[in-house]
Amino acid sequence: MSKDIRVRRGLDLKLEGDADKTIVDAPRSAVYAIKPSDFHAVVPKLILKEGAKVKAGEPVFYSKYDEPVKFVSPVSGTISEIVRGAKRRILEVRIQADATSEYVDHGTIDLATADAATIKTTLLESGCWPFIIQRPYDIVANSEDTPKSIFISAYTTAPLAGDVDFITADKKEAFQAGVDALSKLTSGKVHVGVGTDSALGTINNAVVHKVKGPHPAGNVGIQIHKIDPINFGEKVWVVGAEDVATIGNLFLTGKFLAQRTVALVGSEVSPANRKYYRTIIGANVDTLVKDVNTTETRIISGDVLTGDKLDNGQFLNYYSNTLTLIPEGNEYALLGWLPFTRNNIPSISGTSLSWLKGGKSKVDTNLNGEERALVVTGEMEEVLPMDIYPMQLIKACMAGDIEKMENLGIYEVAPEDFALVDYINTSKLEAQEVIRLGLDLMITEVG
Amino acid sequence: MKWVRNKLDQVRKPFEPGEKYEKFAPAINAFDTFLFTPNHTTQKGAHIRDVVDLKRTMITVVLALIPALIFGMWNSGAQYLYQERGLASVFDVPFMDAFIEGAILVLPLIIVSYVVGLTIEFIFAIYRGHEVNEGYLVTGLLIPMIFPVDIPLWMLALSVAFAVLIGKEAFGGTGMNILNPALTARAFAFFAYPLYMSGNAIWVHEGSTDAVSGETILGALASGTYDGSVDGAAASSVAFSGPAPSEASVLANIDFYDMFMGFIPGSVAETSALMVIIGAIILIATKVGSWRIIVGGVLGGLAMGAIFNLFGTMGSNFIEGLVASGQITMEQVYNDAGAVAALGLSGWDATLIELGTNQLFNFPFWQHMVVGSILFGVVFMATDPVSAAQTTKGKWIYGILIGFFGILIRIFNPAYPEGIMLAILLLNVFAPTIDHYVVQGNVNKRKKRLNAAKAQLQTA
Repeated sequence: MSKDIRVRRGLDLKLEGDADKTIVDAPRSAVYAIKPSDFHAVVPKLILKEGAKVKAGEPVFYSKYDEPVKFVSPVSGTISEIVRGAKRRILEVRIQADATSEYVDHGTIDLATADAATIKTTLLESGCWPFIIQRPYDIVANSEDTPKSIFISAYTTAPLAGDVDFITADKKEAFQAGVDALSKLTSGKVHVGVGTDSALGTINNAVVHKVKGPHPAGNVGIQIHKIDPINFGEKVWVVGAEDVATIGNLFLTGKFLAQRTVALVGSEVSPANRKYYRTIIGANVDTLVKDVNTTETRIISGDVLTGDKLDNGQFLNYYSNTLTLIPEGNEYALLGWLPFTRNNIPSISGTSLSWLKGGKSKVDTNLNGEERALVVTGEMEEVLPMDIYPMQLIKACMAGDIEKMENLGIYEVAPEDFALVDYINTSKLEAQEVIRLGLDLMITEVG
Repeated sequence: MKWVRNKLDQVRKPFEPGEKYEKFAPAINAFDTFLFTPNHTTQKGAHIRDVVDLKRTMITVVLALIPALIFGMWNSGAQYLYQERGLASVFDVPFMDAFIEGAILVLPLIIVSYVVGLTIEFIFAIYRGHEVNEGYLVTGLLIPMIFPVDIPLWMLALSVAFAVLIGKEAFGGTGMNILNPALTARAFAFFAYPLYMSGNAIWVHEGSTDAVSGETILGALASGTYDGSVDGAAASSVAFSGPAPSEASVLANIDFYDMFMGFIPGSVAETSALMVIIGAIILIATKVGSWRIIVGGVLGGLAMGAIFNLFGTMGSNFIEGLVASGQITMEQVYNDAGAVAALGLSGWDATLIELGTNQLFNFPFWQHMVVGSILFGVVFMATDPVSAAQTTKGKWIYGILIGFFGILIRIFNPAYPEGIMLAILLLNVFAPTIDHYVVQGNVNKRKKRLNAAKAQLQTA
């Protein structure tokens, strides 16, 4: 039984620089990196040392508190450098890649007959497990859990983000295999949220939900909330759409092919280069964009609302399908607070006339104001289509009031659901950060 | 522009971190960020941000207040000059004369309010090491608008200081206060200096002198001496059709149009319903003020007024019945308290006599909206997002109750004919409670869902 989802509250930011629907191969990167910071709350324990030879799919480190969860090299080569930060925290494990990759072979598995234990072991051994994210908390799933259900969102609404529906269009067979595998791991069902005319609408072994509405309708958290909200003590898994296909490929070919299709977008990318690029997880951004002047341009791995800021020569994120370049906004604006001025920036506020101006906008990273106390009420609700009181929840998180956070629905949210709250709120509150810290507090206090 | 920027950078050099006057940075920042929205870029969270900030929001409220303020200046001057010069109506005063006289009366109030309030805000910003919040831009303008024009400046200064220190900073500053600061200032003055804040003499400049009368419509209604025009069926009710007083008051020529336009005595800038409605349109169109609170407040006030009208009509009919049956004459009802007492009425009947002759009870409910400052209060004071209810449902309840209590206090307690101030302050106190129950509804829904899930698990 499918249940269609119609989201009304939200905001579609129409920005300049979306990618053409063409896929090309990106040049092969010389160096790849896995960044433990991509896996929130995971404490990495290294298996291999600097200088060791690795095959593609060979474990490089594992999670200290959940040892079966392994993180593998996306390519074959030599571990060239382990970059550490303060307190010797591991920031990057860099791998000098061979010209062609040699894969660890796990053997093909017939999904029709395989049992859950085999599938789970294969996922853990192959290094595909980190694709599975647990809600609540938005962290890598625990290898001992059986989730209530598994959610996959194949509907993209984030501004300029790579359209996963397009990315998975020619990977339908692998996607189906991935869904088949995942469906054995849950006591409930696999739910797939798709756009209204998606090719994935005919996927078997899963409940397909047609989703419609403005951002954040494509966020898997919103879909979970509408379909089967998370209660205290329950666990739900979510997997990115392209990652489902990668998991499917693992069972079809026996190899972890760490493919990643990345949309290169943003007003600072020359229009000829705004395309989808087939590359490998952890590739160097230099293979896609070269010598960016980072005082004038910001490189974001991910979309403009949730992505991570990168520097030249750094590496793509593990999960995101987008690489965005937008101008830095380190400029003053004379009397920028005057109502009804600066209408080129999209806004839901009535003090801007941006709704009169059609078309796409070019935005920069200026904060457009300063942080202030929370004064204006009612605006956060406009962009959070959940039955949750966002401001009250944020205040509970700031106060660290665990019981209140639980009561107000902390288990149902992830930082990305509050990305638009970051964007629209008058007081320039860092809502995503507040929610992330709140979730971290829950992890340590409740577990 | 570049030159201005460079000059500013030069001036603020000693205030930068690590320099000599680092501690006073909030003060220079307040001026700097007023001229230029700073060049800060996003460091975490979303990489792009909306153009709206607190400065923009607060300036929008100030814009919405400007029509009422300009009108208030003119009206303050005109109300005084037309009586002082012995003219027939406010329109006989030349426009510029009235406006300049009004500006001379009102501008000192605004200056004192801003200087005293902003000084305290700056001191606290430096002391606490945060930026100066923009909230006082609005509060500082609202305060002079809701005071009588002749308030001594030192009283105004004291009220402002009380409002900012006790009403706001004591609770932690902007965003944390429980009571609306502007109304706190007024309430302080109202109870500390009642002679200057209430009564019949103070609502026009020099209103206590023989040449000028400073009465308001509400004051006249409360004392039962209103002799201006009343619209609708109420005009022929017992309360308003009494014999004309020997000497007509200054309110005798006032009709609904004057009340709506605001050509009546009152606090500095709250008299004009039209200007308040223009302000309301600005607030609602820009989504800065909550339309739910405004609409709720008006509906609540109308409903309460209608309920009282019902009682007034019952009283009126009762008296007319008595007159028709010949027990008493209409003349005696108005002028002969002994004859009324001789009827020996008790209980409900005695109350009905009171109700029938009470002008506030019989004043048409929709006309209640354009006298006094209920509209001003609902549009500009009740919508203060910090002291109002914060949830959508809560805003409706909060707004409706403000209208309810505003009219209730106005009619029931003639000592405070302007009940809206007390009504808003009362609901400010109850707003967190309202929100608590609204949010609790959401919490209970979540708990119910959890219990249902648990039950399902047990049966499975």
